Amino acid sequence: MWFAGVYVYLRPTTLEEALEALYQSRGELLAGGTDFYPSLGERLPAKPIVDITRVRELKGITRKPDLFRIGGGATWTELIKAPLPRCFDALKAAAREIGSVQIQNRGTVAGNLCNASPAADSVPALLALDAAVELASRSTVRRVALQDFILGNRKTARQADEILTAILVPRAVDDALSTFLKLGARRYLVISIAIVAVVLDIESGKIRDARVAVGSCSVRAQRLTDLEQRLRGASLSDIAELAAEQHLKPLSPIDDVRASASYRFDSALTLVRRALAQCAAKC
Amino acid sequence: MDAIGGVLCRCTGYRKIISAVIDAGREQILMSSAPAGTAVGNRMVRLDGLAKITGKEIYGADEIPSGALLLRVIRCPFHRAGFQFGDLEKYAKQNAITCVLTAKDVPGENRYGVIPKFADQPVFAESEARFKGEAVAAVAGAQAAVEKLDLTQFPVVWNELPALMTIDQALTPGAPQLHHGREQNVLVRGRVVRGDVDAALRNAEITAELEVETGFVEHACIEPEAGFARRAGDTIEIQACTQSPYMDRSDIARILGIAEASVRIIPTAVGGGFGTKLDLSVQPFLALAAWKLNLPVRMVYSRTESMISTTKRHPARMWAKAGAGRDGKLQALDFRADFNTGAYSSWGPTVSARVPVHASGPYFVPHYRALTRAVHTHLVPAGAFRGFGVPQMAIAQEQLYDELADRVGMDRLEFRILNSLTNDLPTVTGQVLGEGVGIRACFEALRPRWKAARKEAVDFNSSAQHLRRGVGVAGMWYGCGNTSLPNPSTMRVGLKSDGRIALHQGAVDIGQGSATVVTQICADALGCSIDRFDLLSGDTSITPDCGKTSASRQTFVSGKAAYMAGEALRREILRLVKACDCAKISFENGSVEVHEDKKLHRISLADLPIDKHGYVLTAEATFDPPTRALDENGQGMPYAVYGFGAHLAEIEVDTELGTIKVLRITAAHDVGRAINPTLIEGQIEGGVAQGIGMALMEEFFPGKGENLHDYLIPSAGDIPPIESILIEDPSSIGPYGAKGIGEQAVIPTAPAILNALHDAIGIRLRKIPATPDRVRAEILRCGITGASRG
Repeated sequence: MWFAGVYVYLRPTTLEEALEALYQSRGELLAGGTDFYPSLGERLPAKPIVDITRVRELKGITRKPDLFRIGGGATWTELIKAPLPRCFDALKAAAREIGSVQIQNRGTVAGNLCNASPAADSVPALLALDAAVELASRSTVRRVALQDFILGNRKTARQADEILTAILVPRAVDDALSTFLKLGARRYLVISIAIVAVVLDIESGKIRDARVAVGSCSVRAQRLTDLEQRLRGASLSDIAELAAEQHLKPLSPIDDVRASASYRFDSALTLVRRALAQCAAKC
Repeated sequence: MDAIGGVLCRCTGYRKIISAVIDAGREQILMSSAPAGTAVGNRMVRLDGLAKITGKEIYGADEIPSGALLLRVIRCPFHRAGFQFGDLEKYAKQNAITCVLTAKDVPGENRYGVIPKFADQPVFAESEARFKGEAVAAVAGAQAAVEKLDLTQFPVVWNELPALMTIDQALTPGAPQLHHGREQNVLVRGRVVRGDVDAALRNAEITAELEVETGFVEHACIEPEAGFARRAGDTIEIQACTQSPYMDRSDIARILGIAEASVRIIPTAVGGGFGTKLDLSVQPFLALAAWKLNLPVRMVYSRTESMISTTKRHPARMWAKAGAGRDGKLQALDFRADFNTGAYSSWGPTVSARVPVHASGPYFVPHYRALTRAVHTHLVPAGAFRGFGVPQMAIAQEQLYDELADRVGMDRLEFRILNSLTNDLPTVTGQVLGEGVGIRACFEALRPRWKAARKEAVDFNSSAQHLRRGVGVAGMWYGCGNTSLPNPSTMRVGLKSDGRIALHQGAVDIGQGSATVVTQICADALGCSIDRFDLLSGDTSITPDCGKTSASRQTFVSGKAAYMAGEALRREILRLVKACDCAKISFENGSVEVHEDKKLHRISLADLPIDKHGYVLTAEATFDPPTRALDENGQGMPYAVYGFGAHLAEIEVDTELGTIKVLRITAAHDVGRAINPTLIEGQIEGGVAQGIGMALMEEFFPGKGENLHDYLIPSAGDIPPIESILIEDPSSIGPYGAKGIGEQAVIPTAPAILNALHDAIGIRLRKIPATPDRVRAEILRCGITGASRG
């Protein structure tokens, strides 16, 4: 926004400054910018910009006794390079498929969540990790389950004066196996047609806990809870055969330029089966 | 590979980028240098290479004069709409805009088009916009004021009208007519008929039939249309990226109502053209504003603006039926195609004329009928895109011949070899080429890989589950230059008093390397090392007309003119000392030496008078390839030279997901003479990449996905290893026997991939590209064994 011919662009370095700047300016947050700028099209930004790339408190990925904390400013590349237990393999695989190396160097995990695209590559893997987000404003800090944070296509529970300060992953299944599969019509820089993430917690050849999430096949990514129920207690052999069409009920894919709805449905089942088989094969 | 995964630039084929990166880290890069007489056939580094890698090259958006005004265009948001402007003066004043331009501000004719006879496109629509993205007005002013505008607030009231979106709607009797005098919205028809196709098909022992449709394909030049214009007294100067400076000059003169001599076009380097930069884009807007305001004006199209308003590859709806004897000999082909040409003529007439000449493929077909129509709709104009409709046509014809080969029971490659055109057999226009028909050699060059790949695929498939491999082949021929129309090129070469050579070459190098190739040819014809050459390129005020960079004509036509000019200058030098033709010339600083037997003539250049061009000696030559008009049945001599080629595609299909991975392409091309093998490989690899895009992912839906994340072009990870095999069956007309390669390279890739798809899983799609959802739907429809679940 132009004020007396001056464009407002703020670059705070502490969280306190950032929250104050956001509140005072009623502006828009800018982190990696990999979604921000394309969404502008040919327009100039309509609101002041609060660039949070230099905010200290948002940096890094840290290990706590009960959870992993992915800072709101952490990029995909930082995530890929971070030493994390194997339950994060699916999320790391998702990170490597985001756009391209150049996008991964700039784009942030938190930004992917806040942008809330139905095709966001990170969401199924984070859903499968039972992740939550931490939202801070000048006056409050609250924690919201990822399930409840993304409300729909480009809609989140974030208030205009809040910053997503961290993604919190509970350490319930550190050693679980995980797999990520993405389907697109070209190799790089592609918006997914369907995305699947699977986390399997295995104990003596049997599945103790299973989380299966599918993205790009509904306005927001979905956990397949019926399938998860079916998988609990099952043995690893022929695990793929346990997934069936009826388990895809939470999905409501659409037709668009990338694929037809029926194709998305059909390929989601194939990807779920393959992801289960590949994940089990790691055991 | 991951490092350049985020870089989209498919016409490079990507592979050469990777090898260049690896080489750059390894050793000193060799710069061009070859002794006199050895440039042709040499893998010389491109003359503009250093400027490109150091970033010094000037593209359309560069070199903007300081203080230039910024121009933006207001475009129709509907496929068809009437419109009325509000108070434009008030709008300009409120927003501090220098001026608003509409159709009323066009001093000359508000009409242009690449083919003058069909020119129908207004700079600004007058009362009705005929496609989504058509310009209705423009604003020019100081950068800050113009950038800030939200153009959706421009004072215009739209009245959306029912639009013709498909060929069928446009052909329906009573449908609204886009242009007066074009009944049923048919822009033109094309026709080539030879023999008696009905009788031959009736009598043929074996026949096959096929229908297939293709969509709009976007050029996706990584450099969007850009440039600036300024007025210098009574002359308008336009510096912009273009493939056709002389055509631009004619149209701008007509639009401004001034003489052609008062228009100067300065082409910049071009970051991708492929045919779309043959048509005007930014030029008329810039010229109008600069002319009116007497101030420099600039603009750069946004990606979306480029995609919604510039020409596309024609969507084609094709039907074909072919017949052969049990011996496998082709007897007849009946071919029909309708092309969706969009709202304006652009190159629609050329596509309709070129396709019937080529629809036989590079084979002998005694009985033949090919009928085409270009049909107007309320969609973005379709124009020229690498191959003028022939790549679409080859998708139908080459798949049909595969079907026919299967029904005859012949190996698909051997069927093609058996039916290959030869030097002595007539083409479907009755032309006997007599020489340089290298198609059989191309197919034969593929034979070893064909046999090996087929065996590897069978072995793989015997143990594979949801993955199936397939191998496909397709052939191509393509006439170089305009179809039965004159298309001369003129080159001027001058000897300077310091002993250097000035080459005035007006052929616009659009990245393919023609400036290097043309200089290599001229250097050898003159007998002088390429190091002594100074290039003066493509400015209509300093270079003679070399026509447009299209129709695979620059190496052949402009190259031949360069050859003739080089030879003529050599003769001039010999005449000065009355030496015979066999004398040898050596160029020194400030002098030229002519060695004849044991005599040595030394010409001191400083002693010679300077001519009107500023040189001590000047030679100029024009070449226009010999062609003959086609009669009412399309019989005649449309081109002097054809290029030939064949591609072999090896693919892997995931039958559960419908995805296709191209594993390897082997491309054999008869180029007559490879003037610069590296540049030819570059053309082939880029053509293959565009062919892969066309086969598997590229389809533009007007009104949807007007950006490069919805419209997919292949990334580096989608391009397999490509092996180029160069066949040199010379044509005596071309320079050193050379033929064109630019468009030839793209044609066989898509049909070869589609034939490989059929080989892998036995399906043929009615609609191309073969996107995963289309392939999977067809697999399910056909109940392909081994592909269903469980």
